[in-house]
Amino acid sequence: MAQQLDPGTHERAQPPAISLRNVVKRFGSIVAVDGLNLAVPAGVCFGLLGPNGAGKSTTMRMLTAQALADSGEIEVLGYELPRESKRARMEMGVVPQLDNLDVELTCRQILTVFARLYRVPGGERADAVRRALELANLGPRADTIVRELSGGMRRRLLVARGLIHRPRLVLLDEPTVGLDPQVRQELWTLIDGLRSEGVTVLMSTHYIEEAERLADVVAVMSQGKIVAEGAPAELVRAYAGEQVLEIYGPPEQLAAASDTAARHGWQSRRSGPALAIMRAETLDGDAPEGVRRPANLEDAFVALTGEEIE
Amino acid sequence: MSVQADAPVARARARPLRRLEPAALAGVMSRDVVIFGRYWKATTFSSIVQPTIYLLAFGLGFGTLVSHIGHLKYVEYVATGVVATAVLFSSAFPGMFNTFVRWQFQRTYDAMLAAPVDVEELITAEILWISLRAGVYGLAPLLVGIAFGLDPDPGMLLVAFIGFLTGFGFASFGVLIAAVAKTIDNFNYVTSAVLTPLFLVAGTFFPVSALPAGVRTVAQFNPLYHCVQLVRDASLGSLQLSDLGHAAVLLAFAVLMWRLAIWQLSKRLID
Repeated sequence: MAQQLDPGTHERAQPPAISLRNVVKRFGSIVAVDGLNLAVPAGVCFGLLGPNGAGKSTTMRMLTAQALADSGEIEVLGYELPRESKRARMEMGVVPQLDNLDVELTCRQILTVFARLYRVPGGERADAVRRALELANLGPRADTIVRELSGGMRRRLLVARGLIHRPRLVLLDEPTVGLDPQVRQELWTLIDGLRSEGVTVLMSTHYIEEAERLADVVAVMSQGKIVAEGAPAELVRAYAGEQVLEIYGPPEQLAAASDTAARHGWQSRRSGPALAIMRAETLDGDAPEGVRRPANLEDAFVALTGEEIE
Repeated sequence: MSVQADAPVARARARPLRRLEPAALAGVMSRDVVIFGRYWKATTFSSIVQPTIYLLAFGLGFGTLVSHIGHLKYVEYVATGVVATAVLFSSAFPGMFNTFVRWQFQRTYDAMLAAPVDVEELITAEILWISLRAGVYGLAPLLVGIAFGLDPDPGMLLVAFIGFLTGFGFASFGVLIAAVAKTIDNFNYVTSAVLTPLFLVAGTFFPVSALPAGVRTVAQFNPLYHCVQLVRDASLGSLQLSDLGHAAVLLAFAVLMWRLAIWQLSKRLID
């Protein structure tokens, strides 16, 4: 069962924007989502953090009914899926992980087509397109064909496309994967802006920093299940403590330190060239020499999933 | 952007959604219209030049040997026959290639299905668009035929509807093939083994009655044969009761292929 921490940052009165109960999704013999329970409160930026293959993308696809659960219940914005999925899709926006823009069309043409698909009334379409172009900083590129846009511009256009109808829920599947740091920053600003306007954001990511910076609540997903959930700072405190002791040295020394840690029952992991010992604030005088630093979400993540992250 | 805390709630459940929402169909087709805006010149060029070449080649070639088929002048026979060819090519090929490219390579369908568009709406809109185009371009051979001495007839306007109906069936057939094909190269099997015989054994360039009895029977199951018969009767002012039968076959073919295409592609688009 998932360990639940009280995020304490959101209203409990409103019904959740998204709720999944005991959801299972199999692909042949592979269980991609394995009894998932998740509630995304309205108005928060919710980070679904997990290594590749944890089931995040499958979960995202189930929320638009592009994948159908084998069992369990899914509700989005109060609509029962998959039966009322079309209604739910009208009120939410989706930014996919893979670029699926129409390369033959211009920015304006793509946004106009999607304004229609999202039922933006005829009289408001041109305004909606202009607003989305501005939001994505693509005004000067409005009539440029997608094929000629840079990777960062294309990603911004993908975001604009998902926001054309002012959705009250936005799904972002790995929004900044493969982008250079500057473009990533731009997108983070955009996502943060959405949250501050009261739009519910569900973002899947395997970038710790992304979750730490943007998410009010983070759920850590591993092997198709939520293994922990809470505000980033609370997760860090609960699973990695306050401080981490990092020990640097030749491999033999690290191996010895690792043995010492195991003997004392200290939680440790290899972190790049160093050995990191969690909860350094609780260590007694036997602690080896090393550098102390504040614990971070990555420490908690590794402690929870047992998986290193890039 | 601003918060719309209450608006969506008020909107919710305002109106039950239909299985085929006109707004969804229009949205999907609006994309086709935009793309058509980029390629209409090439499409129109080939739709005029192709029947011209057929008429020249068969007219100058066979025309010297054959002046009439039955009671029809050879130009009447070929110009009306080529309508079916034009409809077939302008529906089955886009059905196969557009579907495969948009689904597998460009992932356009994935993007649209995340919007409030269901698979059934998406595919129906694509097929509708292709068949509308096929209906219009099916008239091109008649225009070329008129230049070659075919007499204009008000019944020729019906040909657009016949082309639409036939095109709907073959566009759906194309989508079905795209759904079941593993790779785009597999289309070659269908083009050579299915489409080529279909368009030759349909009474397009020579009468089916000239063929052996077995092949004649098979031709009865070829929707294109029924299209050719209808087109000829409509554009040469000789519509008769038996044409209802031809129309019924085309309608049955269209409905069958449409449902099969949706069934097969749904299985693959939705995990």
